[in-house]
Amino acid sequence: MTLAIQAVGLRKRFGRTDVLAGLDLAVPAGSVFALLGPNGAGKTTTINILTTLVRPDGGTAHVAGHDVVAQPGEVQRRIALTGQSAAVDEVLTATENLVMLGRLSGLGRRDAHVRAAELLGRFGLADAAGRRVGTYSGGMRRRLDLALSLIVPVPVLFLDEPTTGLDTRSRQELWSVIRSLADDGSTVFLTTQYLEEADRLADRIAVLDRGRIAAEGTSEELKARIGGDVVELRDADGGLVVELPTDGTVHGLRAAVDELDRSPAASADGASVFIRRPSLDDVFLAITARDAAVPLSPVEGSDPRELLETK
Amino acid sequence: MTTFTTTTTTTRPRLGAVTAESTFVSRSFIHSVRDVEALLMAVVLPTMLMLMFTWIFGNAIDPSGGYVDYVVPGIILLCAGFGASSTAVSVSRDMTTGIIDRFRTMPIRSGAVLTGHVVASLVRNLVATAVVIAVALLVGFRPVATPLEWVAVLGVVALYILAITYLFAAIGLAASSPEAANGYGFILLFLPYVSSAFVPVETMPDWLRPIAEHQPITPVIETIRALLMDAPLGDSAWWAVGWCVAIIAISVGWGAWLFRRKAGRR
Ligand SMILES: Nc1ncnc2c1ncn2[C@@H]1O[C@H](COP(=O)(O)OP(=O)(O)OP(=O)(O)O)[C@@H](O)[C@H]1O
Ligand SMILES: [Mg+2]
Repeated sequence: MTLAIQAVGLRKRFGRTDVLAGLDLAVPAGSVFALLGPNGAGKTTTINILTTLVRPDGGTAHVAGHDVVAQPGEVQRRIALTGQSAAVDEVLTATENLVMLGRLSGLGRRDAHVRAAELLGRFGLADAAGRRVGTYSGGMRRRLDLALSLIVPVPVLFLDEPTTGLDTRSRQELWSVIRSLADDGSTVFLTTQYLEEADRLADRIAVLDRGRIAAEGTSEELKARIGGDVVELRDADGGLVVELPTDGTVHGLRAAVDELDRSPAASADGASVFIRRPSLDDVFLAITARDAAVPLSPVEGSDPRELLETK
Repeated sequence: MTTFTTTTTTTRPRLGAVTAESTFVSRSFIHSVRDVEALLMAVVLPTMLMLMFTWIFGNAIDPSGGYVDYVVPGIILLCAGFGASSTAVSVSRDMTTGIIDRFRTMPIRSGAVLTGHVVASLVRNLVATAVVIAVALLVGFRPVATPLEWVAVLGVVALYILAITYLFAAIGLAASSPEAANGYGFILLFLPYVSSAFVPVETMPDWLRPIAEHQPITPVIETIRALLMDAPLGDSAWWAVGWCVAIIAISVGWGAWLFRRKAGRR
């Protein structure tokens, strides 16, 4: 298995905070990899290091086989980035933006125009192609920003929250684009706040927390780490009162139900109990839980982080 | 659904000698042409200044009426300054919007973006200068230069525009925002007033005279004036060229350093 992205012990400090404190990553070539993490976790910083925009303070990273610090030019020949904030030229039209990027990527004038028209069609911008981007809506700008990164099919594509601000149709369109890119051999490294997106799209998922990868694996592996099913107690209106993860054993399930039984809300009129499979949200919340507010109540008083780690 | 052709992945080629530069030059040209207001200002403001100096102050400064011949070289340089200061704003805008990050993640020589801005500014300013000279001729400017001297004037003006544009491009990199870049540009626009552009240096107060005599704009103006009006050239041409080359060298170096240092700052 060749790795498209490999990072070992990446560190980055801004002022007095260690944003990245020894980050390790291994992304197989041709896969879709999703990096999750709460706001400010360092997702964008990670992408900036991997795309040669920011130098790490420590550690090494290789992208498409080249060191991002020692050989930035070689890395740049093999990557494309759509960052978190729009990177489009507002004075130019969408076509002019795409042709410019095409020319800068080594396409001839004709090829650049052909490719531009193709991408504009794919991203639903054909009608607005001749308008200055300054007049575009936020979502249209975002779509152009994504199209710009696809002007040539590079080996490794970085997308920082690509679907933020997109409507449902555009989001699904982008998902299918990403899948087909991966099928054609590109590696896609993306960050997202939509766990459903990571669940559906990514071959592997990593959760970034406190400067390190707190958990990594396929969606199923991550869900399995949280243990068994989640037991929920809901009130008469269907509102969630409390939810408890279980470790998947009969004993664990009984313990969880017993604990719910002790809660006064369980005896209220119309209260009912549900059992469901853990979602990626449960995984995310459990891993990134802060001491102050633990969103997922632990079984038998144990810390959900321990639960994950001892599994 | 439209078909989407991605074959296998490709590695971006190393670009030929001028592909990146010419792409950025045409980008900056489009920017210039679409910013009609800035284009208009670059021509209208110097023209108005010239009319003001020749018609309103002219008779007070030089009752013989020959002031227009004296002031035109200064106006030409002022015009170049106006045009160049918009370069600082364009460069700064590139730096503060995300577009620069896209260019920085591509295998492009770091100077190419700036080259685009500088070349577009050079052409813009030469056009504005031509318009200003044409207006000057209409209001009584009577140069006595030979064709060869005109070529020399063009060369000096182009070199000066190049120097000040590069300087403003670097200022655009250093500024924290397009607005700040605009402000710095405004400060530099005062330099011509403390030179021999509008009044002879001899008429200035004692403390100001050495500054006015030795600042870079004065030899440039004296050179243009000597060439156009057939006055003795002295050594001002050497000083003019020397200053311009020094400013270009420093600005290019400073600009390259700023460009690297600000990489990924956002
Ligand atoms: N240039 C910088 N100077 C100082 N601090 C920075 C800089 N860039 C990022 N940070 C800090 O580093 C931390 C991580 O930022 P980063 O943008 O990587 O987070 P993120 O995971 O992408 O968050 P979000 O989900 O909000 O996009 C934040 O606390 C941020 O304030
Ligand atoms: Mg981010």
